[in-house]
Amino acid sequence: MRILAAMSGGVDSAVAAARAVDAGHDVTGVHLALSQTPDALRSGSRGCCTIEDSNDARRAADVLGIPFYIWDLADRFAEDVVEDFVAEYAAGRTPNPCLRCNEKIKFAAVLDRAIALGFDAVVTGHHARLVDGQLSRSVDSGKDQSYVLAVLTPEQLSHAMFPLGDSTKAEVRAEAAARGLAVADKPDSHDICFISDGDTRGFLSRRLGAEPGAIVDAESGAVLGEHEGSFGFTVGQRRGLNITRPAPDGEPRYVLKIEPVANKVVVGPAHLLDVDEVHAMRPVWTTQRREADFDCSVQLRAHGMVSPAQVQVEGETVVARLSTPQRGIAAGQALVMYDGDRVIGSATITAAHLHSAVSA
Amino acid sequence: MHYLDHAATTPVLPEVVTAVAETLGAVGNPSSLHGSGRRARRIIEESREQLAATVGARPSEVIFTAGGTESDNLAVKGIYWARNQADPRRRRIIASAIEHHAVLDAVQWLAEYQGAEIVWLPVDKFGRVAPSALRAALAEAPDTAALVTVMWANNEVGTIEPIAELAAVAREFGVPLHTDAVQAVGAVPVDFAASGVDALTLTGHKLGGPYGAGALLLRREVDCVPLLHGGGQERDVRSGTLDVAGIVGLATATRLAVEHQPDYAARTDALRARLVDGIRTEVCDVVVNGHSDHRLPGIAHVTFPGCEGDSLLMLLDARGIECATGSACAAGLAQPSHVLLAMGAGKAMARGSLRFSLGRSSTEADVDAVVEAIAPAVERARKAGLTSVRG
Repeated sequence: MRILAAMSGGVDSAVAAARAVDAGHDVTGVHLALSQTPDALRSGSRGCCTIEDSNDARRAADVLGIPFYIWDLADRFAEDVVEDFVAEYAAGRTPNPCLRCNEKIKFAAVLDRAIALGFDAVVTGHHARLVDGQLSRSVDSGKDQSYVLAVLTPEQLSHAMFPLGDSTKAEVRAEAAARGLAVADKPDSHDICFISDGDTRGFLSRRLGAEPGAIVDAESGAVLGEHEGSFGFTVGQRRGLNITRPAPDGEPRYVLKIEPVANKVVVGPAHLLDVDEVHAMRPVWTTQRREADFDCSVQLRAHGMVSPAQVQVEGETVVARLSTPQRGIAAGQALVMYDGDRVIGSATITAAHLHSAVSA
Repeated sequence: MHYLDHAATTPVLPEVVTAVAETLGAVGNPSSLHGSGRRARRIIEESREQLAATVGARPSEVIFTAGGTESDNLAVKGIYWARNQADPRRRRIIASAIEHHAVLDAVQWLAEYQGAEIVWLPVDKFGRVAPSALRAALAEAPDTAALVTVMWANNEVGTIEPIAELAAVAREFGVPLHTDAVQAVGAVPVDFAASGVDALTLTGHKLGGPYGAGALLLRREVDCVPLLHGGGQERDVRSGTLDVAGIVGLATATRLAVEHQPDYAARTDALRARLVDGIRTEVCDVVVNGHSDHRLPGIAHVTFPGCEGDSLLMLLDARGIECATGSACAAGLAQPSHVLLAMGAGKAMARGSLRFSLGRSSTEADVDAVVEAIAPAVERARKAGLTSVRG
């Protein structure tokens, strides 16, 4: 097959491309230029999108002996990922930009272009498996990325290849070293690639403008402090709250709710974060559409805990009832449904609460 | 493999390989006083005389450099600094909007860090600068002009500028004119003295010489502050131990290129006509950019509406056909060409273009391979669309 290898300049995508070559495919490497102002050198926590990263990708392609090009998708990325990220925070939700990038860029803009140019599939270095065409977790549970791929449709998955899912990260690094790829010991990328200094709140306040507001205690209604803009917070967050007065009960406070219109951040003790009913919208089914209620396990954030749950599907909404409560579930994150290691589908979380509290 | 990217670099001539290899083996710093040094110095000076004779300059006007980028930087910054030092009112740099980045970025650096003011000379839709525009720019405030820089021939679309006329206008106002003639030397007749320019950039690897060897032709009476300080080897304008083998290669290649220029021009022009006609037959709505008469013989710059140049390049590359999108950047990232934008093209048009450039080794088979591959490539590239261009 003619395969397009998306090469970030990291070790995973380099080894994924190498395995596609070994499998006998006709592979072409492409580095996606996603930043409108690429820095020359890596800085901070970023692991892609700099000129140094594109050079690393080029060197890996040289070693593999495959053609290599750079595709400029900076405008699309800015529009579909960065703007979406800012708008979601402005609306009081917590988006996952990696998931959005997979949905809108890697397996949409790039895949569409690849297919049009005569390629059969796109190979990436994601740690996930396709078992009989069904998206499944990586054997390396610590590196599993099936959560951020769960937004892909069967059509998108039918043109995807994830050759790393049967390997651990350590095995991938060892293989890269054995293949003579210089990126073998390149550090993993962390955080959000388009926020080079890792300061998400600073990035958002530059984009949305600082607007001081109150931090309010959910139980007593007391104002415990001030914030610079409600968008800078995530449900479940404890650090950096800038609470100037202790809460009446003396317990630590966590973000429970963000009210962007009132520019209010509601905080409370840890136990108020517990939820066991999660509402989500716009389900995407990675195989066939589900209509009836079913039992499965759900994951509510990247690298989050997995809970057994009963799922109810009503048109474009999904309600998951967790068998044990989870803490700090933020709207905007994905509800991903698993059958064992296999991904059933995903939906975007709109609300979460404690069922017993609602019915009480 | 069909190589149609001679404007990027062109094969080194066999005679040049021989001359470079012979020189490279001999010891001797041209600045040393002993026999080996004198031998090396003699080679340098003979090369200088040969190069000067080839391009209509005096030997003393030849400053050897490490290539086109250095020559452009030296001329633009060095002449600006010297003129500005002599009279601080001279802050304006008058430059065409279609210069190579070696000039463009040097000029922008002077504006950003050294207090220069840039006057961009517009071009028409064929990429030509009007001498009347230069006259107007100079007449507006003649005492404040530091220098004029306009390329001899454009590296993307191949348009040749009216350099002698522009130089005459600059001369009238007593303002030095630099021209980047990297693409012109060997492709069209270039005579430094007859052109009336004050400084001219040329480089070896565009005409069959080695990389990293170039020259700035600089009239004796034009002051130029050095970029590189040190031993003062080249008229105190450029320092650094002279690259004897590179300079021999440059002089030999330039001599051969200029000697064969009429044949070269006739041959590549015929091949270009065959290429353009063939592409037009295969893809009916193409636009051939640049000037129909005032152009380099070997460059065909073509816009394929609805395509992204990147996609086309990749598809042709997969068929063993090597060309360029006519725009380059450190990251290999395609930016819409500033040349096409200056010529009035939209962003999408500017990104949907390919540059085919022919050279001494080009054949009809190279051209026919493009013509055969172009229609299916365009069809596919159109399907892929202008993925990254919105609006």
